[in-house]
Amino acid sequence: MSVNIHIKNAVKRFGNNTIIPDLSLDVQEGEFFTLLGPSGCGKTTLLRMIAGFNTIEGGDFYFNEKRINDLDPAKRNIGMVFQNYAIFPHLTVRKNVAFGLKNKKFPKDQIEELTDKFMKLVHVDEYANRIPERLSGGQQQRVALARALVIAPDVLLMDEPLSNLDAKLRVEMRGVIKKIHSDVGITTIYVTHDQEEAMAVSDRIAVMNEGEIQHIGSPKNVYQRPANVFVASFIGRTNMLKAELVIKAKKPYLCLPGGFEINIEGVKSEHMNDMDVQVSIRPEEFVLYDENEPGLKGTVTDNIFLGLNTHYNVTLATGEEVEIIQESSIQSTIEKGMKVSLQIKKEKINIFTADGSENILLGVKNDKKE
Amino acid sequence: MNQLRRKSKLEIWNLIAYLIVALYLIFLIFPLIKILRSSLDMPDGTRSLGNFKRFFSDPYYFKTLVNSFQVSIVVTFFSLILGVPLAYFYNMYQMKGKKFLQVVIILCSMSAPFIGAYSWILVLGRNGVITRFLESIFHFTMPNIYGFKGIVISLTSRLFPMVFLYTSGALKSIDNSLIEASQNLGIKGVKMFFKVIVPLCMPSILAASLIVFMRALADFGTPLMIGEGFRTFPVEIYNAYVGEVGQNFGFAAAISIVAISITAIVFLIQKWATSKFSFTINAMHTIESKKAKPGLNVFIHFYSYLLVSVAMLPQVYLWYTSFKNTSKSGNVFIDGYSLMSYREVMKRGLDTSIRNTAVVGFLAVAIILILAIFVSYLVVRRRSFKSQLIDTMSMIPYVLPGSVVGIALISSFNTKPLILTGTVAIIVISMVIRRIPYTIRSSVAILGQIPISMEEAAISLGSNKIKTFFGITVPMMGNGIISGALLSWVTIITELSTSIILYTAKSQTLTVFTYVFVSRGSDGQAAAVATVLSLFTIISLTVFMLFSKDKDVTM
Repeated sequence: MSVNIHIKNAVKRFGNNTIIPDLSLDVQEGEFFTLLGPSGCGKTTLLRMIAGFNTIEGGDFYFNEKRINDLDPAKRNIGMVFQNYAIFPHLTVRKNVAFGLKNKKFPKDQIEELTDKFMKLVHVDEYANRIPERLSGGQQQRVALARALVIAPDVLLMDEPLSNLDAKLRVEMRGVIKKIHSDVGITTIYVTHDQEEAMAVSDRIAVMNEGEIQHIGSPKNVYQRPANVFVASFIGRTNMLKAELVIKAKKPYLCLPGGFEINIEGVKSEHMNDMDVQVSIRPEEFVLYDENEPGLKGTVTDNIFLGLNTHYNVTLATGEEVEIIQESSIQSTIEKGMKVSLQIKKEKINIFTADGSENILLGVKNDKKE
Repeated sequence: MNQLRRKSKLEIWNLIAYLIVALYLIFLIFPLIKILRSSLDMPDGTRSLGNFKRFFSDPYYFKTLVNSFQVSIVVTFFSLILGVPLAYFYNMYQMKGKKFLQVVIILCSMSAPFIGAYSWILVLGRNGVITRFLESIFHFTMPNIYGFKGIVISLTSRLFPMVFLYTSGALKSIDNSLIEASQNLGIKGVKMFFKVIVPLCMPSILAASLIVFMRALADFGTPLMIGEGFRTFPVEIYNAYVGEVGQNFGFAAAISIVAISITAIVFLIQKWATSKFSFTINAMHTIESKKAKPGLNVFIHFYSYLLVSVAMLPQVYLWYTSFKNTSKSGNVFIDGYSLMSYREVMKRGLDTSIRNTAVVGFLAVAIILILAIFVSYLVVRRRSFKSQLIDTMSMIPYVLPGSVVGIALISSFNTKPLILTGTVAIIVISMVIRRIPYTIRSSVAILGQIPISMEEAAISLGSNKIKTFFGITVPMMGNGIISGALLSWVTIITELSTSIILYTAKSQTLTVFTYVFVSRGSDGQAAAVATVLSLFTIISLTVFMLFSKDKDVTM
């Protein structure tokens, strides 16, 4: 049975050090919810508060209607997958998977049946009687997953489960995790610092920084309409430029460095004023043109051919360095030292207030609770 | 929130912590305070610093300190010179019979020190087999082995294996690529040994030399046996205590205090030095032993086997003499072989000694194991003032020479409310006190390497705290702890300096029993008991090897 999770005004302190000042969020039943942020942002701390391994200094945690703040970790009915897998090295794979069922005093035949079922689900059934030491990292991770799922937990918590695997296995395992989640349909909270991994597996992502939630939204929304500059620069790569918003005849124009001006759409009505802004233009949102075309003027300082795409570093006439990604063409790449003009896919860029705290465009969907 | 906190106050771990603190206070701190007080007691019933004055002003006593230091420095020097090359050869080159060599080396380090000294007397003493052989055939008189020389030979042959074991451990953690890098840069052979290998092993060599130094300094059995006129201070403590010229307890206590201060200083120097030289290396690919060039190959085999045989042969000779016939008094060997020495010691209570040794060993090891597991859990997982206090107290016995532990216990538990003198219990307690720091240190290290997420995983799977501790934590510590316990067991059954002070006819162990025969001059019977003790040791080591598989032996 899956649950939804409410967290209201959570506070976490270690001594005098406040890690999480005041955090609220809701996770829907059956949802794959990811906490994403740089290391030290409090995401693992929050996960461990939900699991019961960290004390809670303030606020309320609910599974459905049940407050779990003071509930013993052993009684929260949580499945947890740890960064280092935490597979018991002295028990066989089968005994590892059966461990939780034994604690719950399941009848013997049922333990056998469920253990078999979940070992098959994650494809470790052929290693059932092996000692985990002899399994590869990916196999150990599968055992950890089976062990967490077999007890039919209300919530599955995963703490950077793929960070100890090599790149190829990481991609493979996130597919496995995503598939198992859709098969089992259990409410899942997943912690990672890898934004690509977060986008690949999540229904919704909560981007965290310094103990606070910045943006909660679908992968698409978080990437395309980030709530603030932190989210824009943490998710994916982006070029941040200083610019001015100018209102002419009730229409907003963006005045970029060097005087290049474009008209834009979708500015929130409360921000329809002349003001300084920050513009986030992702590398793929630039288009390179001949230097005689209108646009941001600059000089190519480096080009890197990566097959599908070619990356260019361009120094603007005003001094800023920007990164550009173009699909590789059959013509020769633009050489170093060439002067170019940059135009912008204006419907894709994001514009923030000068302090970077708010996206002034429409279309930001932030489920963050104030 | 409040409720939760109050509940955790009553938690089982707090109770265990209080219990352990109480045990330490009763059996360690109280006896130490007692001995500190006694050191001020003058024979005439007054209290003053007179005992200390007497020790430091009378050259006769002060000389014992100088002697002890002399012995320790020389023994450390020779142990290093012999042990480091042996470890180097053993790990760098292919050798015949490696396993056998290792077993013998470990066996050398495990024998009771005074039995080692005694076997040297049997071989090279006034009436020793080699001495007589040389005299009768070549009319050559061997130089006298008693005194300084004898102590150094006997202690070195027992302690160089420590250096070997420590250095081997360090060599095993050197990555082969470091050797290759050194050769690639044009440094090999002897130059590489001094420029690369020795510096890399320095932390371990240092640790080994200080352990050797401490053991040599605090050793009691060897100088007692072979020292004759050469007096060292552990023997002086014993003499003042048993009183060749009338017992003087206050004086024994005073020397004990001096001894503790010295060992404490040495210990602190050790800690400082190891922290200076500490770096961790971890080998992905351990050094592969190569085939040595023919000339070198002969040399390393010759060196290793000669060294090990010289260290071991006196003991083998001791075993041999246990099967020789003796005169009726038991003091002189006569022709022929039989089990008469064994029959004789059986009549005089060999079975009781075996039983006592087994009981003391088992009980002490069991208590040590339980305490060490609990203490390490408190120290690693439940950091608090209590656990810090326990951690600190558990280090104290490191610096207590065995005879001091004996005297401290006897002076503390010979009156009501707790009279333990003359019981097996007091010997068990003394053994627990002496060995527990080693087991606690290794348990703390082992537990420190087990990620806490193992326990969290168990708890999140519905296992309660006690079940998690016994079902997950203890089994994961298991292997390492058990091999440590077996080493403790061997040390306990070969121990003399504490039990010689605490024993009575009822509670005598095999080592004490051997000593009794040695001091009566009943060589055959002493040899028989010593052989039984060796047998015990060998069996224990075999079990240890089976348990620890390819893991290293460290003390």
